[in-house]
Amino acid sequence: MSTAFSPISVDDLVAQIADGALLAVPADYSGAPMAATRALIRRGARNLRLVTVPQSTLQVDLLIGAGCVAEIETAAVTLGEFGVAPCFTRAVLAKTIKVIDATCPAIHAGLQASEKDVPFLPLRGILGSDLVKHRPDWKTIDNPMAAGGDPILLIPAIRPDVALFHAPMADREGNVWIGRRRELATIAHASKTTLVTVERLYDGSFFDEERLAAGALPAFYIQAVAVAERGATPVGLFGEYEPDLAHLRAYAKEARTEAGFAAYLAREVGTVKAAA
Amino acid sequence: MTDCKPEELLAATLAAQIPSVRHIAVGAASPIPAAAALLHQMRTTERVHVTILHSRRYNSFTDGGRELFDAAAQGRIDVFFLGGVQIDGEANINLVGLGTYPDLTQRFPGSFGAPYMTFVVPNVILFREEHSPRTLVTKVDFVTAPGWSPDGVWRRGGPKALVTGRAVMAFDATRRRFRLASVHPGETADGVQDATGFAFDMPDAVPTTPVPDKATLGLLRGPIAAKLREFYPDFADRVFPVPA
Repeated sequence: MSTAFSPISVDDLVAQIADGALLAVPADYSGAPMAATRALIRRGARNLRLVTVPQSTLQVDLLIGAGCVAEIETAAVTLGEFGVAPCFTRAVLAKTIKVIDATCPAIHAGLQASEKDVPFLPLRGILGSDLVKHRPDWKTIDNPMAAGGDPILLIPAIRPDVALFHAPMADREGNVWIGRRRELATIAHASKTTLVTVERLYDGSFFDEERLAAGALPAFYIQAVAVAERGATPVGLFGEYEPDLAHLRAYAKEARTEAGFAAYLAREVGTVKAAA
Repeated sequence: MTDCKPEELLAATLAAQIPSVRHIAVGAASPIPAAAALLHQMRTTERVHVTILHSRRYNSFTDGGRELFDAAAQGRIDVFFLGGVQIDGEANINLVGLGTYPDLTQRFPGSFGAPYMTFVVPNVILFREEHSPRTLVTKVDFVTAPGWSPDGVWRRGGPKALVTGRAVMAFDATRRRFRLASVHPGETADGVQDATGFAFDMPDAVPTTPVPDKATLGLLRGPIAAKLREFYPDFADRVFPVPA
């Protein structure tokens, strides 16, 4: 038996994301897989159903603007300090994508339900929000553990087909180091397939170093790893590099028009493969 | 009057709404609440924990994105700030869009954690710089987070106050109504009423919001501006420019 693994190319990695897949992606503070996202756009991905964990910024805006997305479950899409996410906003208003509005703890809870392979998790709060009216898949029940008269919301399990994120490093056994960004572990645990890009390879095993082991995601959750140096740029990567603020500021301005977004895509992402 | 920027007045005013607590948390896109939380921390003699989600230094969670919500669910977070593109007279907030959902005429980023935090955190402070009939409305188009809940629905906390660019209002969840607490320097009670789209209680005498003193401004412009620069660089550069 061998524990050795071989990284693959970023293009081969994103080839494993089928059109129409339910794809989970992290927030911008948690390893946004930007190099893989650009490759996914170039490969001409279509009809992706995104789940943001729990919100997103540039990554999702690019996928939507490039026409890769059919629907998105999210707690928010925004460029943060730089304003609205222009492609997301345009697509929602034009109804070219379907938005399934959620709230951060509900997305975390749905993934946690899948970690346990149970059909739902209950959450306090949220009752009386209009979100509940528009989420027929969220059910309010009377707490069966109480004497009665205690309504509580059930959040169904979220089981993504694919999780895709960027992390600082993978070791020689294919374990991936995520540090304290434990939501990446949750996404991987909950998803059928996990694809990861990393800054670099670590010569050894994280499990030989107790301090690294605590932040490791075991290889048995991970189907493939590709090396993509500065693979979260222009979004930053925890502990590694900061966001490119000038780039993000310029994007917020340029992508305000469809022509501006097309120019950005041609310049920063490259040629998109024509639909087959 | 001390020469003070609107953002400094608002940070000091938000800080004044923070009671004696153990843990203040600040969510996404909230530079002024972040400044207020840090100001409270620097001025109190009590041990108080400040979490600022978009900071590395002020974010000590080690169990993933859910930990904030799980900690809040257990009552381990005492104060949280929520904005609202629209806020109505019953302290409902809208972070989703304008129009009849899902047929929106305008789309905002989304609900974030608001529908949850407003239930589990004892002291929610609502904050919106723009105080106009456009933002403070009779009824929000979409209830992202309800300001109150009917009897029988579990709820630990909710909105206690609303701070805007013109005034401070206190919220009474049992009466589902705001009461004007103070108007900022240069504002009048009548002016605030004209700028507000919902009805609220008006006391006989309306005090003026205190302007931050020299020591407070020194903290905001010095150590707090330096801390904010880590996670809100654009805000820090705009409000607290580094002298050339």
